[in-house]
Amino acid sequence: MKNAAKKIYIALIVLFLYAPIGTLMVLSFNASKTRAKWGGFSLQWYIALFQNEEILRALFNTLVIALVSSLFATVIGTIACIAMTGMKRQAKSILMGITNIPMLNADIVTGVSLMLLYISLGIRFGMGTILLSHITFNIPYVILSVMPRMKQLNPSTFEAALDLGSSPLNAFFKVVFPDLLPGILSGFLMAFTMSLDDFIITHFTKGVGVDTLSTKIYTEIKKGIKPEMYALSSLIFVIVLTLLILINLSPDKKEKELRYGGKNEKK
Amino acid sequence: MRKNKKSFGKITFALAVSFTAVSLCGCASSDKGVNGQVIVYNWGEYIDPETIRMFEEETGIKVIYDEFETNESMYPKVESGAVAYDIACPSDYMISRMIENGMLSEINYNNMPNAKENIGEQYYEQSCGFDPENKYAIPYCWGTVGILYNKTMVDEPITRWEQLWDKKYADNILMQDSVRDAFMVAEKRNGDSMNTLDLTELTAAKNLLIEQKPLVQAYVVDQVRDKMIGGEAAIGVIYSGEAIYTQKENPDLVYVIPEEGTNIWIDAWVILKNAPNKENAEKFIDFMCRADIALMNFDYITYSTPNVAARELIEDESIKNSEIAFPDLSQYENLETYVYLGEDGDSLYNELWKEVKAH
Repeated sequence: MKNAAKKIYIALIVLFLYAPIGTLMVLSFNASKTRAKWGGFSLQWYIALFQNEEILRALFNTLVIALVSSLFATVIGTIACIAMTGMKRQAKSILMGITNIPMLNADIVTGVSLMLLYISLGIRFGMGTILLSHITFNIPYVILSVMPRMKQLNPSTFEAALDLGSSPLNAFFKVVFPDLLPGILSGFLMAFTMSLDDFIITHFTKGVGVDTLSTKIYTEIKKGIKPEMYALSSLIFVIVLTLLILINLSPDKKEKELRYGGKNEKK
Repeated sequence: MRKNKKSFGKITFALAVSFTAVSLCGCASSDKGVNGQVIVYNWGEYIDPETIRMFEEETGIKVIYDEFETNESMYPKVESGAVAYDIACPSDYMISRMIENGMLSEINYNNMPNAKENIGEQYYEQSCGFDPENKYAIPYCWGTVGILYNKTMVDEPITRWEQLWDKKYADNILMQDSVRDAFMVAEKRNGDSMNTLDLTELTAAKNLLIEQKPLVQAYVVDQVRDKMIGGEAAIGVIYSGEAIYTQKENPDLVYVIPEEGTNIWIDAWVILKNAPNKENAEKFIDFMCRADIALMNFDYITYSTPNVAARELIEDESIKNSEIAFPDLSQYENLETYVYLGEDGDSLYNELWKEVKAH
């Protein structure tokens, strides 16, 4: 009895989480443009999607921005973490507080203030401003996931490496970095998803003719969102799902590989 | 540790360099065409992309095309000057606001033969509501707001706004979820102007809307299309541009312009005051007024075109003579266009609308 209740509870949660996505995926195969009518099974929206240059360009922009901004944010955030370990306690907590504020801050405030900043500095809006903004709001997430890892680090290992004649940089990459890697990776992934997800900040800081997926979808509001977007969202969902399944199938092996890979790289 | 710091300094330096490189790339990417460029700010999905390509090919002018989703989100972007747009395509009341604030530049019709010839006289007349001397705006799309009803779900034909207050249609009515459109319905029912600022008239409209609220199934924006097609409601307030499409999907639907009069909306091209490429902007708008181009856009957008020459080219007689797409405006009385009400007027309307919604 108790077991059955448990199962029903889980089933309900899964249902509520995935029913909307399921609906969207079903509609992406609907031959009719309206959700109110089932016009038969069709792949026409998938075909139309790959012929629609604007959507593809928006998709490309989204991916490039997410990748580049999270890469930059990861490097900057990691360096900031390393710097913070060398700081006095008070300075450190002040700095941590400062990096936390943008995360708690409403996106719209960040977006508007970045826009005003760019205007007052006379920076031309375009790809560059979106990238700068995304790097800015991604950094705290990287710090958030690297910092705990940093605290667990044993400082003696780094000193031991120095004592054994290694240069500091070498010691860092061979001793400290591999231990930080899981934190850095999760920080990178976090930043990547945050950037993919973002609409509001991009909306305020984007330049003319540069669209990401989210801003592109939003402009379609007046005329109604086209089913091509359903098709694209379904594809993205399926790709992410398969990636997740693949990663989760062999978690141990992956982590080991990454650790040793990190050490071997610098040889 | 000191050595350590130095190498980090190097890394930071390298980062800074690559940063600037990235931002420079961003700036350089907007290359110009042989004959310069033109920056256009239009509604999303409001142009056939093919026409832009044709314009670029024929003139050698590069089009930088940007889209907005509401008049209200367009305005601050243009006003902030973050991007120097050449052309925008706002709606009637927003144009009057932009005129009032000196944001538009006057149109030189001598440079735009197509705009002068092809756009119907009656549409210029209608534009006078927000642009008194037709100095600033060239109509691009227009339509009416009316009632869409499902003839299998009502007892008698719907012809008046008044019937939206009929108790037998309780829970079967869809209203527009926007201040001006909702108040327009109530004001027109009372025989008042939809641009009124008279407090007694406004209070009467507000009370009517409150009275109607229990009968309304939902206040909707674009969901009205799908709900009406699916037969989820009997009567809905809808824009005429959507009506033809919904009828195609569900032949039981009928669109009427209510007898008490309604809103004629017009989206029009304007050239902004500080347009850096004014000549190209004129060329672009004039190109869009060319009959064949306007026809392509009409086919793509499906909203009524004010372009008389383009209408002549429509092959499908049923659309060419459609009462929905091209109603004979002289038949109706009390047709009006929204006008900007000023900041105080806007906040008054919003205040009253809040009272309705919160009731």
